Amino acid sequence: MKVELSIKRFDPDQDEASHTEVYGVEIEPTDRVLDALNQVKWYQDGTLTYRRSCAHGICGSDAMRINGLNRLACKTLIKELGSKISIEPLLGFTVIKDLMVDFDHFFDLYKSVKPYLINYDPTPAKERLQSPEQREAFDDTTKCILCAACTTSCPPFWSDPNFVGPAALVNAHRFIFDSRDQGGAERLEILNGREGVWRCRTVFNCTQACPRDIKITKAIEQIKRLVLFNRV
Amino acid sequence: MSSFRWRTIAWFAWYRGQSGQWAQLLHRITGLGIVFFLGLHILDTSLVGFGPSVYNTVTAIYHNFVVRLLEVVLVGLVIYHALNGLRVTVIDLWDEGALYQAQMWGVVILLFLVLFLPSAFLMLAPYFR
Repeated sequence: MKVELSIKRFDPDQDEASHTEVYGVEIEPTDRVLDALNQVKWYQDGTLTYRRSCAHGICGSDAMRINGLNRLACKTLIKELGSKISIEPLLGFTVIKDLMVDFDHFFDLYKSVKPYLINYDPTPAKERLQSPEQREAFDDTTKCILCAACTTSCPPFWSDPNFVGPAALVNAHRFIFDSRDQGGAERLEILNGREGVWRCRTVFNCTQACPRDIKITKAIEQIKRLVLFNRV
Repeated sequence: MSSFRWRTIAWFAWYRGQSGQWAQLLHRITGLGIVFFLGLHILDTSLVGFGPSVYNTVTAIYHNFVVRLLEVVLVGLVIYHALNGLRVTVIDLWDEGALYQAQMWGVVILLFLVLFLPSAFLMLAPYFR
Protein backbone atom coordinates (compact mmCIF):
# COMPACT_ATOMS: atom_id res chain seq x y z
CA MET A 1 0.00 0.00 0.00
CA LYS A 2 0.99 3.61 -0.59
CA VAL A 3 1.68 5.50 2.62
CA GLU A 4 2.33 9.20 3.16
CA LEU A 5 4.78 9.86 5.98
CA SER A 6 4.85 13.38 7.46
CA ILE A 7 8.08 13.53 9.42
CA LYS A 8 9.02 16.43 11.69
CA ARG A 9 12.59 17.36 10.84
CA PHE A 10 15.16 19.58 12.50
CA ASP A 11 18.82 20.05 11.64
CA PRO A 12 20.54 22.23 14.27
CA ASP A 13 23.22 23.26 11.72
CA GLN A 14 20.70 24.63 9.22
CA ASP A 15 17.28 25.16 10.80
CA GLU A 16 16.08 27.69 13.32
CA ALA A 17 12.82 25.80 13.85
CA SER A 18 11.56 22.35 13.00
CA HIS A 19 9.55 21.72 9.83
CA THR A 20 7.58 18.84 8.38
CA GLU A 21 8.62 16.92 5.27
CA VAL A 22 6.34 14.49 3.47
CA TYR A 23 7.59 11.24 1.92
CA GLY A 24 5.62 8.66 -0.05
CA VAL A 25 6.57 5.01 0.43
CA GLU A 26 5.21 1.76 -0.98
CA ILE A 27 4.92 -0.70 1.88
CA GLU A 28 2.98 -3.75 3.15
CA PRO A 29 0.23 -3.14 5.75
CA THR A 30 1.93 -5.74 7.95
CA ASP A 31 5.22 -3.83 7.88
CA ARG A 32 6.19 -1.60 10.78
CA VAL A 33 6.69 2.15 10.97
CA LEU A 34 10.42 1.47 11.37
CA ASP A 35 10.40 -0.29 7.96
CA ALA A 36 8.83 2.82 6.44
CA LEU A 37 11.47 5.05 8.06
CA ASN A 38 14.21 2.73 6.79
CA GLN A 39 12.78 2.98 3.27
CA VAL A 40 12.96 6.76 3.45
CA LYS A 41 16.49 6.77 4.86
CA TRP A 42 17.91 4.06 2.60
CA TYR A 43 16.28 5.01 -0.72
CA GLN A 44 15.05 8.63 -0.54
CA ASP A 45 16.84 10.83 1.98
CA GLY A 46 19.93 9.57 3.77
CA THR A 47 20.01 12.64 6.03
CA LEU A 48 16.94 11.50 8.00
CA THR A 49 18.08 10.77 11.55
CA TYR A 50 16.49 8.44 14.09
CA ARG A 51 17.62 5.83 16.60
CA ARG A 52 17.00 2.12 16.22
CA SER A 53 18.96 -0.84 17.42
CA CYS A 54 17.37 -4.24 18.00
CA ALA A 55 14.28 -3.39 15.93
CA HIS A 56 12.27 -5.93 17.92
CA GLY A 57 10.75 -3.90 20.75
CA ILE A 58 13.27 -4.68 23.44
CA CYS A 59 16.11 -2.12 23.26
CA GLY A 60 13.85 0.91 23.65
CA SER A 61 15.69 3.04 21.07
CA ASP A 62 12.95 4.04 18.66
CA ALA A 63 10.20 5.55 20.80
CA MET A 64 8.63 8.46 18.93
CA ARG A 65 5.31 10.21 18.55
CA ILE A 66 3.40 8.38 15.82
CA ASN A 67 0.02 9.86 14.86
CA GLY A 68 0.14 11.92 18.04
CA LEU A 69 0.83 9.05 20.43
CA ASN A 70 4.11 7.78 21.87
CA ARG A 71 4.94 4.33 20.48
CA LEU A 72 7.89 2.23 19.36
CA ALA A 73 8.38 2.48 15.60
CA CYS A 74 9.47 -1.18 15.54
CA LYS A 75 6.28 -2.43 17.23
CA THR A 76 3.70 -0.32 15.43
CA LEU A 77 2.21 -1.84 12.27
CA ILE A 78 1.27 0.32 9.29
CA LYS A 79 -2.22 -1.23 9.18
CA GLU A 80 -2.93 0.16 12.66
CA LEU A 81 -2.37 3.70 11.39
CA GLY A 82 -3.82 4.06 7.90
CA SER A 83 -2.26 5.67 4.85
CA LYS A 84 -1.35 9.03 6.41
CA ILE A 85 1.17 8.81 9.22
CA SER A 86 2.73 11.65 11.19
CA ILE A 87 6.01 11.02 12.95
CA GLU A 88 7.47 13.44 15.49
CA PRO A 89 10.17 13.30 18.16
CA LEU A 90 9.25 12.69 21.81
CA LEU A 91 7.95 15.75 23.67
CA GLY A 92 9.87 17.27 26.55
CA PHE A 93 13.42 16.39 25.50
CA THR A 94 15.87 18.51 23.49
CA VAL A 95 15.88 17.45 19.85
CA ILE A 96 19.40 16.64 18.66
CA LYS A 97 18.41 16.03 15.05
CA ASP A 98 15.11 15.03 13.41
CA LEU A 99 13.64 12.20 15.54
CA MET A 100 16.71 11.80 17.77
CA VAL A 101 16.34 13.40 21.22
CA ASP A 102 18.77 13.92 24.09
CA PHE A 103 18.25 11.20 26.75
CA ASP A 104 20.89 12.47 29.24
CA HIS A 105 18.37 14.16 31.54
CA PHE A 106 16.09 11.12 31.38
CA PHE A 107 18.89 8.83 32.57
CA ASP A 108 19.85 11.30 35.32
CA LEU A 109 16.26 11.11 36.62
CA TYR A 110 16.37 7.32 36.33
CA LYS A 111 19.61 7.12 38.33
CA SER A 112 18.25 9.45 41.02
CA VAL A 113 15.89 6.73 42.36
CA LYS A 114 18.75 4.21 42.86
CA PRO A 115 17.53 1.63 40.35
CA TYR A 116 19.76 -1.21 41.54
CA LEU A 117 19.70 -3.85 44.27
CA ILE A 118 20.63 -2.50 47.70
CA ASN A 119 21.34 -5.20 50.26
CA TYR A 120 23.55 -4.65 53.31
CA ASP A 121 23.82 -8.31 54.31
CA PRO A 122 27.02 -10.21 53.59
CA THR A 123 26.96 -11.59 50.05
CA PRO A 124 25.47 -15.08 50.28
CA ALA A 125 27.21 -18.10 48.72
CA LYS A 126 24.02 -19.03 46.83
CA GLU A 127 21.08 -17.12 45.30
CA ARG A 128 18.80 -15.02 47.50
CA LEU A 129 15.64 -17.10 47.36
CA GLN A 130 12.16 -15.70 46.79
CA SER A 131 8.68 -17.25 46.82
CA PRO A 132 6.57 -16.98 43.63
CA GLU A 133 4.30 -14.51 45.49
CA GLN A 134 7.28 -12.30 46.41
CA ARG A 135 8.42 -12.35 42.79
CA GLU A 136 4.92 -11.54 41.56
CA ALA A 137 4.85 -8.31 43.62
CA PHE A 138 7.20 -6.55 41.18
CA ASP A 139 6.88 -8.74 38.09
CA ASP A 140 5.14 -6.10 35.97
CA THR A 141 7.74 -3.40 36.54
CA THR A 142 10.67 -5.66 35.54
CA LYS A 143 9.50 -5.30 31.94
CA CYS A 144 10.63 -1.66 31.49
CA ILE A 145 12.98 -1.07 28.54
CA LEU A 146 13.65 2.63 29.31
CA CYS A 147 12.30 3.88 25.99
CA ALA A 148 10.89 7.05 27.67
CA ALA A 149 7.51 6.73 25.91
CA CYS A 150 5.84 7.07 29.33
CA THR A 151 7.83 9.97 30.76
CA THR A 152 7.48 12.07 27.60
CA SER A 153 3.70 11.51 27.50
CA CYS A 154 3.28 12.77 31.08
CA PRO A 155 1.79 16.32 31.41
CA PRO A 156 3.31 16.88 34.89
CA PHE A 157 6.72 16.09 33.35
CA TRP A 158 6.06 18.50 30.48
CA SER A 159 5.50 21.33 32.95
CA ASP A 160 8.19 20.26 35.44
CA PRO A 161 11.20 18.58 33.83
CA ASN A 162 12.67 17.87 37.28
CA PHE A 163 9.78 15.53 38.14
CA VAL A 164 11.38 12.06 38.18
CA GLY A 165 8.68 10.84 35.82
CA PRO A 166 6.89 7.52 35.28
CA ALA A 167 9.92 5.57 34.00
CA ALA A 168 12.01 6.32 37.09
CA LEU A 169 9.02 5.50 39.33
CA VAL A 170 8.51 2.17 37.56
CA ASN A 171 12.16 1.30 38.13
CA ALA A 172 11.99 2.41 41.76
CA HIS A 173 8.92 0.17 42.18
CA ARG A 174 10.85 -2.75 40.72
CA PHE A 175 13.32 -2.63 43.64
CA ILE A 176 11.12 -1.25 46.45
CA PHE A 177 8.80 -4.26 46.13
CA ASP A 178 11.63 -6.78 45.73
CA SER A 179 11.89 -8.83 48.95
CA ARG A 180 15.69 -9.13 48.47
CA ASP A 181 16.17 -5.36 48.46
CA GLN A 182 16.83 -3.29 51.59
CA GLY A 183 16.91 0.20 50.04
CA GLY A 184 13.15 0.80 50.07
CA ALA A 185 13.22 3.40 52.84
CA GLU A 186 15.92 5.54 51.19
CA ARG A 187 14.11 5.38 47.84
CA LEU A 188 10.78 6.30 49.44
CA GLU A 189 12.43 9.30 51.07
CA ILE A 190 13.51 10.52 47.62
CA LEU A 191 10.08 9.78 46.14
CA ASN A 192 8.25 11.52 48.98
CA GLY A 193 10.08 14.74 48.04
CA ARG A 194 8.96 17.68 45.94
CA GLU A 195 9.83 16.08 42.59
CA GLY A 196 8.78 12.58 43.58
CA VAL A 197 5.69 10.45 43.40
CA TRP A 198 3.19 13.20 44.37
CA ARG A 199 3.72 15.01 41.08
CA CYS A 200 1.75 12.18 39.47
CA ARG A 201 -1.77 13.45 38.72
CA THR A 202 -3.13 10.08 37.51
CA VAL A 203 -3.39 11.21 33.90
CA PHE A 204 -2.74 7.62 32.64
CA ASN A 205 -0.96 8.77 29.45
CA CYS A 206 2.03 6.72 30.62
CA THR A 207 0.00 3.52 30.97
CA GLN A 208 -1.51 4.12 27.55
CA ALA A 209 1.88 4.78 25.91
CA CYS A 210 3.91 1.93 27.44
CA PRO A 211 4.90 -0.48 24.64
CA ARG A 212 5.49 -3.19 27.25
CA ASP A 213 1.95 -2.84 28.67
CA ILE A 214 3.22 -2.10 32.16
CA LYS A 215 0.41 -0.89 34.43
CA ILE A 216 2.46 2.19 35.25
CA THR A 217 -0.13 4.27 37.09
CA LYS A 218 -1.06 1.24 39.18
CA ALA A 219 2.60 0.84 40.18
CA ILE A 220 2.89 4.56 41.00
CA GLU A 221 -0.27 4.35 43.13
CA GLN A 222 1.25 1.41 45.02
CA ILE A 223 4.28 3.57 45.84
CA LYS A 224 1.98 6.41 46.99
CA ARG A 225 0.08 4.07 49.31
CA LEU A 226 3.33 2.65 50.66
CA VAL A 227 4.49 6.19 51.52
CA LEU A 228 1.13 7.12 53.05
CA PHE A 229 -0.01 4.02 54.90
CA ASN A 230 2.95 1.66 54.74
CA ARG A 231 0.72 -0.68 52.77
CA VAL A 232 0.22 -1.57 49.10
CA MET B 1 8.93 28.41 34.22
CA SER B 2 5.87 30.18 32.85
CA SER B 3 6.87 29.27 29.28
CA PHE B 4 6.84 25.64 30.38
CA ARG B 5 3.26 26.04 31.60
CA TRP B 6 2.07 27.47 28.30
CA ARG B 7 3.92 24.75 26.42
CA THR B 8 2.19 22.13 28.56
CA ILE B 9 -1.22 23.50 27.61
CA ALA B 10 -0.29 23.36 23.93
CA TRP B 11 1.02 19.83 24.27
CA PHE B 12 -2.21 18.74 25.91
CA ALA B 13 -3.87 19.55 22.61
CA TRP B 14 -1.16 17.93 20.48
CA TYR B 15 -0.72 14.71 22.41
CA ARG B 16 -3.46 12.20 21.66
CA GLY B 17 -4.02 10.99 25.20
CA GLN B 18 -7.26 9.22 26.02
CA SER B 19 -9.81 9.44 28.84
CA GLY B 20 -7.36 10.03 31.71
CA GLN B 21 -5.81 13.06 30.00
CA TRP B 22 -9.17 14.75 29.38
CA ALA B 23 -10.47 13.82 32.82
CA GLN B 24 -7.45 15.52 34.38
CA LEU B 25 -7.61 18.58 32.12
CA LEU B 26 -11.31 19.09 32.95
CA HIS B 27 -10.51 18.55 36.63
CA ARG B 28 -7.92 21.34 36.49
CA ILE B 29 -10.17 23.71 34.52
CA THR B 30 -13.18 23.12 36.82
CA GLY B 31 -10.93 23.58 39.86
CA LEU B 32 -9.69 26.94 38.57
CA GLY B 33 -13.27 27.94 37.72
CA ILE B 34 -14.40 27.16 41.27
CA VAL B 35 -11.51 29.21 42.69
CA PHE B 36 -12.59 32.11 40.46
CA PHE B 37 -16.20 31.96 41.71
CA LEU B 38 -15.01 31.58 45.30
CA GLY B 39 -12.93 34.76 44.90
CA LEU B 40 -15.96 36.52 43.50
CA HIS B 41 -18.07 35.32 46.42
CA ILE B 42 -15.52 36.53 49.00
CA LEU B 43 -15.44 39.87 47.22
CA ASP B 44 -19.24 40.36 47.22
CA THR B 45 -19.61 39.21 50.82
CA SER B 46 -16.88 41.61 51.95
CA LEU B 47 -18.98 44.50 50.56
CA VAL B 48 -21.24 44.11 53.59
CA GLY B 49 -18.53 46.03 55.44
CA PHE B 50 -19.47 49.13 53.40
CA GLY B 51 -23.05 49.05 54.64
CA PRO B 52 -26.29 47.34 53.59
CA SER B 53 -27.06 49.61 50.64
CA VAL B 54 -23.75 48.87 48.87
CA TYR B 55 -24.14 45.16 49.54
CA ASN B 56 -27.77 45.04 48.39
CA THR B 57 -27.05 47.03 45.23
CA VAL B 58 -24.21 44.77 44.18
CA THR B 59 -25.87 41.47 45.07
CA ALA B 60 -28.96 42.53 43.11
CA ILE B 61 -26.83 41.66 40.06
CA TYR B 62 -27.36 38.00 40.97
CA HIS B 63 -30.97 38.25 39.82
CA ASN B 64 -29.76 39.05 36.32
CA PHE B 65 -30.27 36.25 33.78
CA VAL B 66 -26.65 36.31 32.56
CA VAL B 67 -25.39 35.96 36.12
CA ARG B 68 -27.83 33.08 36.65
CA LEU B 69 -26.27 31.41 33.59
CA LEU B 70 -22.87 31.80 35.26
CA GLU B 71 -24.32 30.19 38.39
CA VAL B 72 -25.48 27.26 36.29
CA VAL B 73 -21.89 26.98 35.01
CA LEU B 74 -20.67 27.07 38.62
CA VAL B 75 -22.98 24.19 39.55
CA GLY B 76 -21.57 22.23 36.59
CA LEU B 77 -18.01 22.96 37.70
CA VAL B 78 -18.70 21.82 41.25
CA ILE B 79 -20.52 18.63 40.19
CA TYR B 80 -17.77 17.53 37.77
CA HIS B 81 -14.94 18.43 40.14
CA ALA B 82 -16.58 16.58 43.03
CA LEU B 83 -17.39 13.44 41.03
CA ASN B 84 -13.97 13.25 39.38
CA GLY B 85 -12.39 13.93 42.76
CA LEU B 86 -14.12 10.81 44.04
CA ARG B 87 -12.80 8.90 40.98
CA VAL B 88 -9.23 10.04 41.74
CA THR B 89 -9.71 9.10 45.41
CA VAL B 90 -10.79 5.59 44.43
CA ILE B 91 -7.76 5.30 42.09
CA ASP B 92 -5.53 6.44 44.97
CA LEU B 93 -6.93 4.15 47.65
CA TRP B 94 -8.08 0.98 45.87
CA ASP B 95 -5.33 -1.20 44.42
CA GLU B 96 -7.41 -2.18 41.38
CA GLY B 97 -8.71 1.38 40.88
CA ALA B 98 -6.09 2.28 38.27
CA LEU B 99 -7.26 -0.59 36.08
CA TYR B 100 -10.81 0.77 35.89
CA GLN B 101 -10.12 4.49 35.51
CA ALA B 102 -11.70 4.76 32.04
CA GLN B 103 -14.90 3.00 33.13
CA MET B 104 -15.04 5.18 36.23
CA TRP B 105 -14.71 8.29 34.07
CA GLY B 106 -17.68 7.04 32.05
CA VAL B 107 -19.65 6.80 35.30
CA VAL B 108 -18.49 10.32 36.24
CA ILE B 109 -19.80 11.72 32.93
CA LEU B 110 -23.08 9.84 33.31
CA LEU B 111 -23.64 11.00 36.90
CA PHE B 112 -22.63 14.52 35.88
CA LEU B 113 -25.40 14.60 33.28
CA VAL B 114 -27.94 13.06 35.68
CA LEU B 115 -27.17 15.69 38.34
CA PHE B 116 -26.41 18.72 36.18
CA LEU B 117 -29.23 18.73 33.64
CA PRO B 118 -32.11 18.75 36.20
CA SER B 119 -30.22 21.33 38.30
CA ALA B 120 -29.78 23.59 35.28
CA PHE B 121 -33.46 23.15 34.38
CA LEU B 122 -34.62 24.05 37.90
CA MET B 123 -32.32 27.08 38.02
CA LEU B 124 -33.33 28.47 34.64
CA ALA B 125 -37.05 27.53 34.50
CA PRO B 126 -38.26 30.59 36.52
CA TYR B 127 -36.88 32.89 33.80
CA PHE B 128 -39.05 31.27 31.12
CA ARG B 129 -42.36 31.32 32.97
